[in-house]
Amino acid sequence: MTTEPLQIADTKLRSRLFLGTGGISSLAALAACIAATGTELVTVAMRRVSAGSSPLQVIRDAGAHVLPNTAGCFTAAEAVLTAQLAREALGTTRIKLEVVADEHTLLPDTVELLDAAERLVDDGFDVFPYTTDDLVTARRLADLGCVAVMPLGAPIGSGLGICNPRAIEAICDAVDVPVVLDAGVGTASDAALAMELGCDAVLAATAITRADDPARMAAAIGAAVEAGWLARHAGRIPRRTTALASSPLDGLVGS
Amino acid sequence: MSIHVNGRPTDLRTGLTVQEVLTTLNLPRRDVAVAVDGVVVPRSSWSESTVGPDSSVEVVTAMQGG
Repeated sequence: MTTEPLQIADTKLRSRLFLGTGGISSLAALAACIAATGTELVTVAMRRVSAGSSPLQVIRDAGAHVLPNTAGCFTAAEAVLTAQLAREALGTTRIKLEVVADEHTLLPDTVELLDAAERLVDDGFDVFPYTTDDLVTARRLADLGCVAVMPLGAPIGSGLGICNPRAIEAICDAVDVPVVLDAGVGTASDAALAMELGCDAVLAATAITRADDPARMAAAIGAAVEAGWLARHAGRIPRRTTALASSPLDGLVGS
Repeated sequence: MSIHVNGRPTDLRTGLTVQEVLTTLNLPRRDVAVAVDGVVVPRSSWSESTVGPDSSVEVVTAMQGG
């Protein structure tokens, strides 16, 4: 039994795990992580050309889609230019929009984010905004025409999991576009929780790429995403404050 | 003329097109995008769009990240 495919804009994705490539030790390790999860959406950052090796070929060879991001941008203007460069370089209108407030927290700058999102949607982009776990901001991003919203569970790279599960659940209940838990995942159970709260997908980068065994952690988080989705759609039992016997009470010995 | 390419001061012949700047500096052309003074120059315009003196040229591609 597996999850149903996820449709975002024109793209149908069988895997609900999106993979970030930041921090991966080698292209071979990246290929192993993609293979271990079957992920079909993989992020890249736009940077000045240099001697470094690009992950593009590995992503393409695996049959995955590229999701370029605007990581490192602090203003709407920087993010819009970076998105336009990504579209030109990679031939995709998908953009993971990141506009952060400072290098220390890497938290989204909501004012700049909304400004950039509006400009990019108007310019024809399929915008995937990295946002806080604030419901109102998520709703505004959806209303602007973003194709998904990507609230954080905890700060980027922190591995703290989902610090405010109720906030994530509230966003899932309130917006009509897919919700992708982005940032904060530290291990498999965090990803499962995200899906159980109602998220449509999870993006994991650091938790996988900086694990001791990235491919094994990728497999674990991929399985957790599937498990969480299945559990969410299986209809969990209500929580009770008292016990409920699971064995029949009729025919007890000595009754 | 003196221009900046990816932040580096670079001396080049005046009147070069974007295409010629990339070729002269042996920069990759596949999977890259170019902005001159903060404006994207579409690939289809590389062979006509000239780079003026004191221009700031950015040549970017996809790297690990996110």
